[in-house]
Amino acid sequence: MLKINDLHASIDGKAILKGIDLEVKAGEVHAIMGPNGSGKSTLANVLVGRDGYTVTRGRVTYNGQNLLELSPEERAHEGIFLAFQYPVEIPGVSNINLLKASVNAVRKHRGEKELDAIDFLKLVKAKLKTVDMKQELLYRSVNEGFSGGEKKRNEVFQMAVLEPTLAIMDETDSGLDIDALKAVASGVNALRADDRAIIVVTHYQRLLDYIVPDYVHVLAHGSVIKSGDKSLALELEKHGYGWIESHADDQAGAATVSGAG
Amino acid sequence: MNDLAINDYLGAHPDMSAALAGSATAWVAQTRRDALERFQSEGFPTPRHEAWRYTNVRPILKQSFTPSVAQRDDAEEIDLEKLSITPAVGPRLVFVNGHLSSRLSTLDDIDAGVRARSLAAVLDNEPDSVKPHLARQMPGCAHGFTIFNTAFAGDGALIELDAGVKATQPIELLYIVSTPNPGALAQPRNLLIAGPNSEAQIVERYIGPDGDAYFTNVVTEIVLQQDARLGHYKLQEEGDKAFHVGGLFVRHETGSRLYAHSISIGGSLVRNDVHVVLGAPHSACVLNGLYVAGGRQHVDNHTHIDHAEPDTNSNEVYKGIVDGRARAVFQGRVVVHQDAQRSDAQQSNKNLLLSRNAEVDTKPQLEIYADDVACSHGATVGQLDPDAVFYLRSRGVAEEAARGLLTYAFANDAVEKIQIVSLRERLESVIAAKLLKRDSVEELL
Repeated sequence: MLKINDLHASIDGKAILKGIDLEVKAGEVHAIMGPNGSGKSTLANVLVGRDGYTVTRGRVTYNGQNLLELSPEERAHEGIFLAFQYPVEIPGVSNINLLKASVNAVRKHRGEKELDAIDFLKLVKAKLKTVDMKQELLYRSVNEGFSGGEKKRNEVFQMAVLEPTLAIMDETDSGLDIDALKAVASGVNALRADDRAIIVVTHYQRLLDYIVPDYVHVLAHGSVIKSGDKSLALELEKHGYGWIESHADDQAGAATVSGAG
Repeated sequence: MNDLAINDYLGAHPDMSAALAGSATAWVAQTRRDALERFQSEGFPTPRHEAWRYTNVRPILKQSFTPSVAQRDDAEEIDLEKLSITPAVGPRLVFVNGHLSSRLSTLDDIDAGVRARSLAAVLDNEPDSVKPHLARQMPGCAHGFTIFNTAFAGDGALIELDAGVKATQPIELLYIVSTPNPGALAQPRNLLIAGPNSEAQIVERYIGPDGDAYFTNVVTEIVLQQDARLGHYKLQEEGDKAFHVGGLFVRHETGSRLYAHSISIGGSLVRNDVHVVLGAPHSACVLNGLYVAGGRQHVDNHTHIDHAEPDTNSNEVYKGIVDGRARAVFQGRVVVHQDAQRSDAQQSNKNLLLSRNAEVDTKPQLEIYADDVACSHGATVGQLDPDAVFYLRSRGVAEEAARGLLTYAFANDAVEKIQIVSLRERLESVIAAKLLKRDSVEELL
């Protein structure tokens, strides 16, 4: 579904990603872990086409098409969804209206009929339950005055309504208490499906107790230094990032240096 | 004072004043003469006046507009349906070039205890009933346009609310400029008197055709007697070449409340002055303003709130959206006088600049002479939040629609404070049409 080859990206001329290779197939859940500044969030943002990130080298294909050519809205139409690390507050635009516009934009792109108000509301109310979100938040302005936990739940709720093909969770666990974390995880788990892939970007192993990944990749200094199954996350938890970085430097040091060039 | 226009107006005054309503009554004629004298010495304001630093009125003075005594003929041409004016749902007075048209007005359903009349008729027939109030609410420092109106105006709306009356329907005042001959000058003069413990909503709406230069110079005086509550809406929706200067002067008695909304969308050069005197304890005002300017529009909003007595309250929020080569000016002055202890004054002006060539000049001013008060003020000029634009795009909303939607949301803050549902809904679509590519955003509203 998603193929990333030798991806290099920079912000304001500063190289952040230095040669990422990654393949994600339908039905898989990949965790991307790494210390602060390793490039995890940059990778997530490059995949959704955020301004300010310049791809300097490499390719990203999504279902066979060149992803990097698409605008952010086109990527959304193609079924890519980012759960934001810092969800934006949008005063004056209600949650429900944004969702409706969003759902219909995607349906229109697929050549499907727009949902009428009743069907839409039915869909939305069913999805509210999956993340245990209060209905009143539907009619409030997007994220305005929401608590940290409510904002993250709202991201997962939007994801549940939009049913993306590729969902990218950017540090969705940061700042959550255990109840919110469980609710968010159960919302994500409910979306696991054979025709859908999920990329979970996280600093901590904690989230992966609840969203169990098929693969774990460790990012440091802008490249993947180690990949493995879920046990890699547990090892990281035990030994810390320092351990794996020094461990990986021995094996992959040369590659990292050439990538940085 | 070298302006030709001024000389034309001064020259016309002797003939005009004789024809104006109420001219046979000494105090009415004297009020006009006094104003004329002041106008002769002061003229129209220039950028040398601090209050006019950012607004040069030369474009208005370059041509001589035609003052009308009573262009009742103009009203015959008017077809409200053709102007997309929906049928009145409540009482409606229609003024054409400043003069009441009985044919276009409807007062069938007016609430008992509410009177809506032509000021001209009252000045002719029972002038003394308005003597305590007419031309008494303007401050001594009123500018040239207000004085000009006082010297020349003969008609407008007189609205009186009896003590204790609760009007069930808004009272609509519709001002149409009709230009069979180019260059009409409309000078409505309105007086709204809300009796003790009365309650009503009054809508002043100004419209006129695109493409013609005409000039509306309106003055509205409001007296709020004890515990009166008034919602006042001013909607400036005139054509793209119109000049509009408006003055709103409000005097509060004890416990009275004003909810004033000012929405400026139309016109080429627009100046609105609002002066509220919280002249008795426990009086309060809420000022809600919105201006949307594009092209080469110039919109200036000037507000002045006097907290003259203790326990008075004001809350003012003006928002502006400025695009193209338009220019917006906001000057908001709040004065808390020495005796006005325990007063609360909040003021804010927020502007959204949508183009590199647009300009905003904002000047909030707070002057406090009392020591036990709660006051705040602030102004912002900014652009759309790029993070918010991206957030919407990442949810599948096209970029242009995302920008339009965020712009609309900025304005909607002011629109949703409007209490009259039909008016709010109409303005929502009018503003959406002005701001947005309709088809792409309609579904978001």
